[in-house]
Amino acid sequence: MVIDKIKKINQVDDINEKNVKASDMLVGKWLKCSNCKEILYKEDVKNNYSVCPNCGKHFRISARRRIKQIIDEGTFEELDANMQTSDILNFEGYKDKIKLLQEKTNIEEAIKTGIGKINGEKVAIGVMDSNFFMGSMGSVVGEKISRLVERAIYEKLPVIIFCVSGGARMQEGIISLMQMAKTSASIAKLDEKGLLYISVLTDPTTGGVTASFASLGDIILAEPGALIGFAGPRVIEQTIKQKLPDGFQSSEFLLEHGFIDKIVERKDMKDTLYKILRLHIHN
Amino acid sequence: MKKITAWDRVEIARKADRPKTLDYINKIFTNFIEFHGDRAFGDDKSIIAGIAELEGIPVTIIGEQKGKTAKENIQRNFGMPNPEGYRKALRLMKQAEKFKRPIITFIDTPGAYPGMEAEERGQGEAIARNLFEMSKLKVPTISVVIGEGSSGGALAIGVTDKIIMLENSIYSILSPEGFASILYKDSSKSKEVAEKMKITAKELKKLGIIDEVIKENEEGIQKDFENICNKLSNILLKNIKTLSKLNTDDLVKLRFEKYRKIGGIL
Repeated sequence: MVIDKIKKINQVDDINEKNVKASDMLVGKWLKCSNCKEILYKEDVKNNYSVCPNCGKHFRISARRRIKQIIDEGTFEELDANMQTSDILNFEGYKDKIKLLQEKTNIEEAIKTGIGKINGEKVAIGVMDSNFFMGSMGSVVGEKISRLVERAIYEKLPVIIFCVSGGARMQEGIISLMQMAKTSASIAKLDEKGLLYISVLTDPTTGGVTASFASLGDIILAEPGALIGFAGPRVIEQTIKQKLPDGFQSSEFLLEHGFIDKIVERKDMKDTLYKILRLHIHN
Repeated sequence: MKKITAWDRVEIARKADRPKTLDYINKIFTNFIEFHGDRAFGDDKSIIAGIAELEGIPVTIIGEQKGKTAKENIQRNFGMPNPEGYRKALRLMKQAEKFKRPIITFIDTPGAYPGMEAEERGQGEAIARNLFEMSKLKVPTISVVIGEGSSGGALAIGVTDKIIMLENSIYSILSPEGFASILYKDSSKSKEVAEKMKITAKELKKLGIIDEVIKENEEGIQKDFENICNKLSNILLKNIKTLSKLNTDDLVKLRFEKYRKIGGIL
């Protein structure tokens, strides 16, 4: 269910926002692109939407940064920002791990939800974050999505969810599995109300998230080169006992096989979302 | 008497000679007719689907089918459905809705098939679509976990009004082996983690995830199959009668709320 090993890529996230002091600048100024291996000046990458200026590789970014890129400045109102898991299964070490991650990353959970504007158009938006527990879905992610949808229904707003996830969160066991049913049922409710749901798949989107709300958009967009699938590549390789071909389960592969509507580069994402929203206003 | 551990139940649930979906269909229902195909790609033999009667009531039956022999298991893909299996299930669920038949599903799978073709044909989408559609079906739905209920592959036919489990069946986010390998990078820890995962019928009933547990004979279910089937038949009938009394809006609303409230947050 959860993709087990995902290649670590250079984190270029939140540069200058945290952990970067003047003294770090000399050593921390550069990074190597995980795709083209080019040595890049961090500031250039940051100014290029965290996309490699040389090869176009879309690096993973935090929810905070994504919201900055997509939502009009000063319009984001976060919902349920401090929601925590109650750890129903009382799973050994889970609460400590959560606490440690929260302290280390300064992120509360694997999704941020809220209401904001895209070029003036009001939307309900959820943005997952791979920096927290690999974006895995447990009770908090499921509940935040359901509440976001309920808020959208109440205010008659379109919903946009940026997905990035290793799948269901193991430490919450069956409760995590049931979040797939819960979020899908919420999306079905939104659908019955005739409201728009745009799902945006980013690197990586796998497991229980792919097998629930990520795949249920009226419109499904993806960033270039994202890994998108149900089973992780390693699990598939173990099953078929051979290496997967290059590009298997990439955004381009999914487009080719008819599972996504469009691949959109990060620099064009906000405008593309706005164009789609505009065409649904009369509903 | 020796305590039965969660891992013991994992092993019992997986036994080759444990009754499979077709055994229950043949024992409990009459006039079963199997239907095939998803009308788009093919027919997945790891999912059995069709219509039958339960004490004179027409019902739609969908179940994951494992084999009892190596040959049969190869034919049934070890009970691991491909997308076309889930799409066949969905097609017949929509048909049941049209003809107002209650739906009964049997869950018994190690998981959705993690193969290349399954990915190419949208395994994730197929499961997601079933969860989405099952949440709003306008007919009573009941699932019965008879063996191994593992991951999204089980849930894809499991979003039902009522969930019944046999005492020695399991229902989990992932196999204990997969779970141990992800969390501890060591699949040999599966026995240990099985205890922590809360996968037994009793624990899941306590957590409020499932509705009813059917007790199994200590001698093994095979020796008590007639009795188990009688019990299951009565439970199915009782639930169909109760659920059929609800008007459609209430039925769908109650089902939505059943899943909406699952989760633990502070």
